[in-house]
Amino acid sequence: MSFLRLQAVSRRFGQVAALDAVDLAVPEGSRTAILGPSGSGKSTLLRIVGGFETPDSGRITLGGDLLAEGPRTVPAHLRGIGLVAQEGALFPHLSVADNIGFGLPRATPGREARIAVLLAMVELDPSMLRRRPDQLSGGQQQRVALARALARKPRLMLLDEPFSALDTGLRASTRKAVADLLAAEGITTILVTHDQAEALSFADQVVLLREGRLLQAGKPRDLYLQPRDTTVATFFGEAVILPARLSGGWAECALGRVPLTRPDPRARAEIMLRPEQIALLPTGTEAAEVRARVEAVEFGGASCGVAVRLQRAEDGGRAPRLELRCSYLTAPPVGSLVRLAVSGQAHPLLPAGEGRP
Amino acid sequence: MKPQAAHRAGALPLRRMAGLPLHRGAHRRPGAALGGAALLVSLLALLPLAFVLWVTVQTGWATASALIFRPRVGELLVNTALLVACTLPLCILLAVALAWLTECSDLPGRRLWSWMAVAPLAIPAFVHSYAWVSLLPGLHGLAGAVLVSVLAYTPFLYLPVVAALRRMDPALQESAASLGVPPAGVFLRVVVPQLRLALCGGGLLVGLHLLAEFGLYAMIRFDTFTTAIVDQFQSSFNGPAASMLAVVLVACCLGLLALETWLRGAARYARLGPGAARPPRPVRLGWFTLPCLLLPALAATLALGVPAATLARWLAAGGGAVWRWGEIGEALGQTLLLSALGAALATLAAIPTAWLSVRAPGRLQRTLEGSNFIAGALPGVVVALALVSVTVRVARPLYQSVATILLAYALLFLPRAIVALRASIAQAPEELEEAAGMLGRSPLRALAAVTLRLAAPGAAAAMALVALGIANELTATQMLAPNGTHTLATSFWSYSGEIDYAAAAPYALGMILLSLPMAWFLHRQSQGGRGR
Repeated sequence: MSFLRLQAVSRRFGQVAALDAVDLAVPEGSRTAILGPSGSGKSTLLRIVGGFETPDSGRITLGGDLLAEGPRTVPAHLRGIGLVAQEGALFPHLSVADNIGFGLPRATPGREARIAVLLAMVELDPSMLRRRPDQLSGGQQQRVALARALARKPRLMLLDEPFSALDTGLRASTRKAVADLLAAEGITTILVTHDQAEALSFADQVVLLREGRLLQAGKPRDLYLQPRDTTVATFFGEAVILPARLSGGWAECALGRVPLTRPDPRARAEIMLRPEQIALLPTGTEAAEVRARVEAVEFGGASCGVAVRLQRAEDGGRAPRLELRCSYLTAPPVGSLVRLAVSGQAHPLLPAGEGRP
Repeated sequence: MKPQAAHRAGALPLRRMAGLPLHRGAHRRPGAALGGAALLVSLLALLPLAFVLWVTVQTGWATASALIFRPRVGELLVNTALLVACTLPLCILLAVALAWLTECSDLPGRRLWSWMAVAPLAIPAFVHSYAWVSLLPGLHGLAGAVLVSVLAYTPFLYLPVVAALRRMDPALQESAASLGVPPAGVFLRVVVPQLRLALCGGGLLVGLHLLAEFGLYAMIRFDTFTTAIVDQFQSSFNGPAASMLAVVLVACCLGLLALETWLRGAARYARLGPGAARPPRPVRLGWFTLPCLLLPALAATLALGVPAATLARWLAAGGGAVWRWGEIGEALGQTLLLSALGAALATLAAIPTAWLSVRAPGRLQRTLEGSNFIAGALPGVVVALALVSVTVRVARPLYQSVATILLAYALLFLPRAIVALRASIAQAPEELEEAAGMLGRSPLRALAAVTLRLAAPGAAAAMALVALGIANELTATQMLAPNGTHTLATSFWSYSGEIDYAAAAPYALGMILLSLPMAWFLHRQSQGGRGR
């Protein structure tokens, strides 16, 4: 049951299509992450939903209310949509209390108490209320910005890369705190980010945009394990991509016979495995086992990169080289032979740009 | 012999490899000498203030109070208060409206209107006054003074307001809208508070100009302290009456300074962090476009059209007869000479202070900055009066000499020179000088090869700003310059004083043409900061 709905929303800036007929459905109470490299149109999408930008065409509804139909739009201040901008965008001339209370009319009964509750919700000390924004750390500013947006009990919360300016450790803890709070309040949320790890850990639904087009939308696990094409596959992390012959739910490739995530009618296609699906084991005596020679080992702390060259090639081509990972405790020496074992399923990829979802 | 041999052999010319010269203290900086020089300049800049204090003490309480607490001073105080109280709010309203239209809306021809809002700066205030008086001879008193002041001085507020609007993080306005605040509320609750610093700074500048300007108000027959002091000075030289008026005028200036400091407060208004990089979406005016076009069009007509039309009319009426080329050439030559010398002196005097504020900020530098801030607020008439009294009493040969008028120029325009130089010295960070040192340059050669080279454009800008200020200076030039000095401003003034408006026109045109580049430079600067 979708709460926010975008239908064929397009927006051009001169010759550039910032958004090209994007369809999107966001279920009520869910967390959606919009992911994409810079210039992919993700900020434009957020700004169109927020009411700061007008679509050229398309239709946007929120909880049954029409927000935009082509260039006719409801102004931002009447939408009831909250926004936490990059770096918080706190009003520098107002105290923390006045920032949080900005959207609450002066005559609101129990206004002071409500501000105090909101501050407590974002886990800040009451002594902060009289401070100025420039006396807060980056993480504190983001929490105040969230409290300020929550004060109006928004129907939808937009988070515009709110964690990108924070240090690595603070980023993870702030993200978790924000996610927990929004879940507890049951507020539908859209997060815009260019950090795939952030998108995967934050959201129920991840939407990948590129050059104004929606490449794939789905659960984080599905986007990671069942990407549509090579672009999506490599965007979410390291991938082993091999040519394969497909038949009856199985792929025959350089790594042997591997089950597929779903049946595919094509006879030949590229399949994808994540490196962690391939284990490096000592060679055995079985003739059918997949063997590879270790070409390089790169120490990388908890896990090491191991480059191996397969011992046999498919269809007479050159034997493929794979970049795998393993613990430094079990890293094989360079030049040694290892056996490769695949766990889980391989996913057949579509050729790039074909068969829009 | 050995090092030379090595040098000849093509090796690096490291002298005395065996024993490098040892200097006491690793970092010998030109700090102390510059500190002394900066202190000296600041003391000199405070000379007019010292004169005012000294003359008050000298005059004695009885005479001073008789001269200060009299109806004439009360009248002037009321005039000044009314002038400031009427002009400033109008300037602020006009500047904010023009800045918002040209910066935040989709008004057609925004860039052109923006230039038209700055361009009145190229016209000296007393030429504005001349244009209006010759157009409407009946214009005089408070109404006339306020009208001409608003037209002449609004650019001083427009420039900082545009800069502040341009620097503002668009995410602030979007956040406010997402909190349910309608556009008008966003403007009042978010945009206007962000303009506070710009309004304070620009308002102070306008206020100080209102207090210090002579020509504008003399021509429109509106008495202020400055016109009264010049009248007193011309009728009775530097009697105690003029000095006591100067005391009250200085008190007014310092009052404005204090008021601005108080209003500005200690709060920080810079945006927090870099914020969003994109320019804000311009507000669509829609049906309001036509009415909104009327405001900049009206402002440009009054502030540029009226002076242009008047000048054209007088030049046409005067025909070839008003172009007395010998006389104009002499005035132009003297103006350029005084401007160049004064600019060089002011820029030289600004170097120590500017250097200290970038390279060695500390308590001394903050004190000097404060004293320069105060000295910069003193009107030209007070500076002139002080230099007249000092030269007459202490250094008679310097009275009405070129040296004295140059000193007056340097004191008057020192703040401009410091600001421009400070920015350019900041362009040449110490690290570059250190890098030059690592590459084998001695400290002085590093200074010459790196810092001075990088700071040169800023020094040129400082000199240009001061020179253009001097070219349009009237009050101090009249009171201090040697007999027989004719600048464009004084020649213009004497012809228009004789109601020979046609003969004055070529001089006004000369001053405008000289000032146009500065106005253009300031306009370009205000357009910087964000590409559009």
